Amino acid sequence: MTTPLSHYLLLSALLFSVGFAGAVLRRHAVLVLIGIELMLNAANLNFIAFWRYGPHPEALTGLMFAIFSIAIAAAEVAVGLALVIAIYRHRKTSQVEQFQALKG
Amino acid sequence: MEAIVKYLWLIPVLPLLAAGWGALLPRSRKRLAAALAIGSVALSGLLALWAFCATLNPPLIRHYRNWVWFDFGATSLQLGWVLDPLAAVMLVMVTLVSLLIFIYSLGYMAHDDNAARFFCFMALFAAAMLGIVIANSLLLFFVCWELVGLASYLLIGFWFQKPAAAAAAKKAFITTRIGDLGLLLGMLWLYSQSGTLLFYDNGHGCLEQSSLAPLLARATLGGMAVSTGISLLIFCGAVGKSGQVPLHVWLPDAMEGPTPVSALIHAATMVAAGVFLVARMFPLMSNSLNPATGSSALHVVTWVGAITAVFAASIAVAQNDIKRILAYSTVSQLGYMMMGLGVGGVAVGMFHLITHACFKALLFLGAGSVIHGCSGGQDIRRMGGLRKFMPLTFVTYAVGTMALCGVPLFFAGFWSKEEILHAARHWPVSNIPFCLGVAAAFLTAFYMTRQVAYVFFGKPADAAQAHPSPRESPPVMTVPLAILAVLAILVGFLGTPAWPWFQSYLTGEPARFTLGKIFDRPQLNLMFLSTIVIGAAIALGWRIYARAASQTSRDIDPLEKPMPAIFACLRNKFFVDEFYARTLIRWTSSFSVLADWLDRFVWGGAVWAVARLTLLLSFFNNDADESLVNQSFDNGCEGLRNSGRLLALFQNGQVQRYLRVIGVAFAALVLLLFWGCA
Repeated sequence: MTTPLSHYLLLSALLFSVGFAGAVLRRHAVLVLIGIELMLNAANLNFIAFWRYGPHPEALTGLMFAIFSIAIAAAEVAVGLALVIAIYRHRKTSQVEQFQALKG
Repeated sequence: MEAIVKYLWLIPVLPLLAAGWGALLPRSRKRLAAALAIGSVALSGLLALWAFCATLNPPLIRHYRNWVWFDFGATSLQLGWVLDPLAAVMLVMVTLVSLLIFIYSLGYMAHDDNAARFFCFMALFAAAMLGIVIANSLLLFFVCWELVGLASYLLIGFWFQKPAAAAAAKKAFITTRIGDLGLLLGMLWLYSQSGTLLFYDNGHGCLEQSSLAPLLARATLGGMAVSTGISLLIFCGAVGKSGQVPLHVWLPDAMEGPTPVSALIHAATMVAAGVFLVARMFPLMSNSLNPATGSSALHVVTWVGAITAVFAASIAVAQNDIKRILAYSTVSQLGYMMMGLGVGGVAVGMFHLITHACFKALLFLGAGSVIHGCSGGQDIRRMGGLRKFMPLTFVTYAVGTMALCGVPLFFAGFWSKEEILHAARHWPVSNIPFCLGVAAAFLTAFYMTRQVAYVFFGKPADAAQAHPSPRESPPVMTVPLAILAVLAILVGFLGTPAWPWFQSYLTGEPARFTLGKIFDRPQLNLMFLSTIVIGAAIALGWRIYARAASQTSRDIDPLEKPMPAIFACLRNKFFVDEFYARTLIRWTSSFSVLADWLDRFVWGGAVWAVARLTLLLSFFNNDADESLVNQSFDNGCEGLRNSGRLLALFQNGQVQRYLRVIGVAFAALVLLLFWGCA
């Protein structure tokens, strides 16, 4: 127990911020998806850290959360990439700012 | 019996249909219009005879049919018709006299272009009159009564091109309307008190005991019983229609209409409607606590009748228009009938009504024949010696005159007048009506002698030179005269003291023939007295006017020499018209000027002011609407639109923008929590 919990949390926050910045600022749809994956991984890191520093480190709860989260992320990426490809086929572009069909 | 009661309504409806059809005919279809009118009245006459025969057998039966006209709320208004001896005898009289007069009109109106209209109106009149007779509801009675008034108006004003005829029609209509107002009020009062206007309705009608007793028990103004008040108001209607004093003024003027109209409406039938009204309402009229002296309503009827009888007879003495004399004679005889109703009851008054209808129709038709023969002249002083030129008219006219005067034994007027005088003699309240009656009988005989002397005797006066030979009228006019003359003799024998069939028919007792009753002491004395009175009057009239008959119209009347003031007074009809013109009519016109002024300036000004005020208010209202409501609404809309435009900036459809907003908001939230907790 040399490294305190806060280091992990700071790392996780940093990772989240990088992912968020990617999701918000990148223009290519695939890079936005990568940003979202980074944010998810930041959340996974939090799960693991809180589990290890929590009151019952012997139970496998945090690990199970992380595994579920990774599975969901995989599924999400599959859907997201399929959407990107479908849009690309339709619009001949993958630049996110040109996807304006949701305009109210 | 049942069948005729069921179809009784056909009697008035047939002439009504004829009138309706006649109204649609073009002017040229005179013959068809006449045929319609005569045919319908003839059919009604047959039905009336059937109804009459049906009432003969079982004594005093009264059959009626009532039906609901309409409902309002819980109450329903019922109308109906009734067949009783009173109605039956009137039905026969009206249809018979109408029929004869219609036939006579064929000749009299042959040269009139508007004869189709004439027959249409006559049929309407007959329908309304027959409706009056069979009505079993005061409301239905009133409706028909007003229809009769309308027909009378139309027929008096038939020659409306003549200003006098138009004025007379208006006068008749308005004067009778004054009386009808009383009738209407009486009717409403009766309805409010007894809750029904049906005459007979299984013991619930307003003429039946269950309604009469409470009316007597209640008192109104000055302790008068309610039934007396209602009776007097209803009598007002009779006064108007039957030309009693003080509403008699319209009847002589009504002679402006064609002579058959005068005969039918203003002698035989319509004016008798007032008498019939009193007879029909007799149970109400005679409703009294003290049967010995009779009700006070009947006292009023008696007095009005007696005064009218003398009043009108004395005016007739000084008139020169042949029809006007007959008109005043009618007023006087109607007074007799009212007096008869008052002192002797229904049978006495109705008997005189029936006999009078026969001989007065005869006299008017005879006068019409005379006018026709003299090419339109109506001044008796211009006529003379007509008995040579128009023998048939003369004979029938003489019969009518003797019937009217009441020449003893063989003429109808004698028996009916005798009946009235006999009843008046034994009236317990006062002897004066009897004296007035005798005076009226004297005057009647006198003026009729004067008239006959002027018209039929002497030499043809100045007018005769212009029209050298007055002709006898055609048979279509003389045959009805002859029939009426026969009736004027025969009808009287239905009601002699020896065989009072008519009286017992109306009261429902079997008639017995007792010759001895004629020779009863008071009866005989009275007959003796009136014979003397009538004989004296005829002798006096003959003595004065036999020589005067050859005079021209420029000579003064023989009566005028000894008493010019009285004669002038009589000639001007006691100045009643002038009195009305000075007082009532002038008051009415001043009041209307005042009302006009009020209307124009006071009420009109108020309306104008209200209108201006409303305009002003609406101006403000408009302003407020425009500037406050609309403006603020517009501003609100503008604000909404702007804020919407602002918010729409974020909604550009780019998911990343949304994410950025969420991120910024999240950061702001975190910072807020952070500093908020610290």
